[in-house]
Amino acid sequence: MRNAVGRDIPDYLLTGGKEVYQGKNYMDGKYMQKAAPKTRRYEKPQESKLVETIADALRQCGCKDGCTFSFHHHLRNGDYVANMVVQAAVEELGIKDITVAATSLGSAHDVIADYIEDGRVIGVQTSGIRGRIGDVVSEGKLKTPAIIRSHGGRPRAIEAGEVHIDIAVVAAPTSDCVGNCRGIGGKSNCGSLGYAMTDAKYADHVIVVTDTLVDFPNMPASVEAIDVDAVVVVDSIGDPKKIASAAARISQNPRDLMMAENVAKVIAATPYFKEGFSFQTGVGGPSLAANLFLEKYMDERGIKMGWAIGGICGPMVELLKKGKVGKVIDVQDFDLDAVNSINQTPNHFEMSASQYANPANKGAFVNKLDFVVLAALEIDTGFNVNVLTGSDGVLRGAPGGHPDTAAGSKCCIIVTPLVRGRMATVCEHVVTVTTPGDCVDVLVTDYGIAVNPLRPDLIACLDEAGIPHVSIEELKEKAYSLVGRPDDLEWEDKVVAILEARDGTILDVVRKIKPYTLDEA
Amino acid sequence: MEIKKPAVAGTLESSDLMVTVEPGSNGIELAISSSVMNQYGRQIKNTVLETLDRLEVRQAKVTVVDKGALDCTIKARVECAVFRSCDQSQKNIPWGGAIV
Repeated sequence: MRNAVGRDIPDYLLTGGKEVYQGKNYMDGKYMQKAAPKTRRYEKPQESKLVETIADALRQCGCKDGCTFSFHHHLRNGDYVANMVVQAAVEELGIKDITVAATSLGSAHDVIADYIEDGRVIGVQTSGIRGRIGDVVSEGKLKTPAIIRSHGGRPRAIEAGEVHIDIAVVAAPTSDCVGNCRGIGGKSNCGSLGYAMTDAKYADHVIVVTDTLVDFPNMPASVEAIDVDAVVVVDSIGDPKKIASAAARISQNPRDLMMAENVAKVIAATPYFKEGFSFQTGVGGPSLAANLFLEKYMDERGIKMGWAIGGICGPMVELLKKGKVGKVIDVQDFDLDAVNSINQTPNHFEMSASQYANPANKGAFVNKLDFVVLAALEIDTGFNVNVLTGSDGVLRGAPGGHPDTAAGSKCCIIVTPLVRGRMATVCEHVVTVTTPGDCVDVLVTDYGIAVNPLRPDLIACLDEAGIPHVSIEELKEKAYSLVGRPDDLEWEDKVVAILEARDGTILDVVRKIKPYTLDEA
Repeated sequence: MEIKKPAVAGTLESSDLMVTVEPGSNGIELAISSSVMNQYGRQIKNTVLETLDRLEVRQAKVTVVDKGALDCTIKARVECAVFRSCDQSQKNIPWGGAIV
C-alpha cells in the first residue's frame, strides 16, 4: 500500500493493526494501552546486588533463547558493554535467537555483525545502524527485517509493548552496589543517561554494568536501584576517547560558516525569534556553527534563548554559562564540556528519551521547540529527508531525533551542502524517507535557500527580510548539473529494514540492494 | 593511440580516481570499482570508453578505481594515463584537442 510520502509498503507487513504513514499528527487524540513489565520482587533486604560476571547476571535474570536485550548508546563509538553482553549470552550461555534492541548501534558493535551472520542474533531494533551491522543487514543476512525508529519512536514502541525488553543493560559510568547509576563521577563518563531511562522502567530485568563502583547512595541517580536486578563491575565499560571528544570544535570550513550564517539569518527573520525562544541543533559542522552566528543576532536584538534541548555539546554549555540561554535539557552529551556540565552547571538538566521526543506521551520537549537545525544525507523535491541510507542504498545512518524535532518544532531548518563528492544531496527522490517532507520547513545549502511551499508564512518572512530563496527544484537541477544525474538504484524484493515513523506507522522500507556490475551492462 | 607501456594517472583521494592503462591485445578490457558504482557505474563506464575512443585507443587493459570523481576529472585522468603510456606526456600535449 502506498503511504502519505508515496512509498510502497508491502501488504504482508501490515498485520496486527500496523498501518502505513498517513501524515503528521495522525495518531493525535487516540488512546494507547501501556505495557507493563513483569518484574521480580526483592522483598528480603539485600546488602548488595553485585554479581561476579555478566554471564551470572544473565542467568539470574532468566536469560533464555529468544531473549530481547536493550542497550543505550551514550558511550557512542567507545562502547564495550553491548558486545560483552551479547558475547556472554552466546558464548557462555549458548543463547539463540537473540534480538538486540538498542537506542543506536555503530562501528563499536561490529562483533554483533558476526552473530547476525551466524544466525545467533535474529532481530535488530535501533535508531543508528552503521559499520558492519549496517552492511550485513543490507546484505539481507539478518533473519527478520531490522526495525529502525527515531529516538522518540523508540520509547513510544516500548511503552506500547511493541518491543518487549527481557533484559535492559545499563552501561553506567558510576553505580553503587544496588544499581543507582549516574553518567558522571567515573573513568568513562558520558553525562546524561537519558536513553536508558525508559528502557529501565519497562524492562522485565535490568542489569547494570559499571567500571566504577561508588558508595551508596549514588545520587541523584539517572537509573534508579528500584528497577535494577544485578550490578556487574568490569574493568572498563568503554574507551573514554571515543565516548566524548575533547571539545566539539566549531567548523573553520568557509562553506560551513557561510551556510551557518544563512541559517542564523533565516532564524532571525521569523517571528519565533524573540525573547525566550527555544532551540536545538545537531552537532554537524554547519549546524553547530549556527550557534555562533545566532549569538550575534541575539546580542543585536538584545534577546536571550529560553531553553535548548538535544544532544548537547560545548558551544551550548558556553551559552548557558554566559547567561544567554536560560536552561539546557539534555538527553545525551557529545563532548567533555557537556559531560562535565550536566547536573553541575545550574540549569543544565537531564531528561529521558520519552520526555525528549516521544509523540505518544502527553507533551515531549520537542513539541515546544521553536527552531531545530538539522543535517541531511539527502533531501528530495518533496522536502523528504534521508538520514539513514547512503545514496548507494546501504544502511549507514540514524534517524535519531531528526523526525521528532522536525515534527515538533515550529521551524525546521535543514542545512547541507548541495553535493558531497559526486553525490547530489538535493535530489529527485531520497533513497529512504526518514523525516517526511511535511515536517521540514527550510533548506539552506551552499548554493541557495529553499522554503517548503507548505509554509507561505515563512516565505513571506524571508521576502520581507530580503533573504533570497529559490525553489527546491532549481537546487536539485543545479546539483545534477554539477555531478550528473544518478541512475536509479536497483533493488531485490527482500525487505531488510522497516523504517517506522515516530507514531508507529510505516514510513518506508529498505530493500536488499542489487549492486551494479559492469558485466550486466 | 597505442598503449606502449603501463601507466598510471590520478590518486585515491576522495573525488578523484586512479586510472591504470596497460598494453592489451583483446580490444578494451575495462575494470571499474567505484564508491558510487550503483548510481554512476554506467556513466563512468561510458565516459571512460568515450574518452578512449576519442584518443583512438583500440587495444588496452584499463583499470579504474573511482572515489566519486566528476566526469571532467575522469576524462582528464584517462587522457593523462594514455599519454603517459605512450610517452606523449613529456611534450606536445594536444591540449583541448581530442577530449571534450
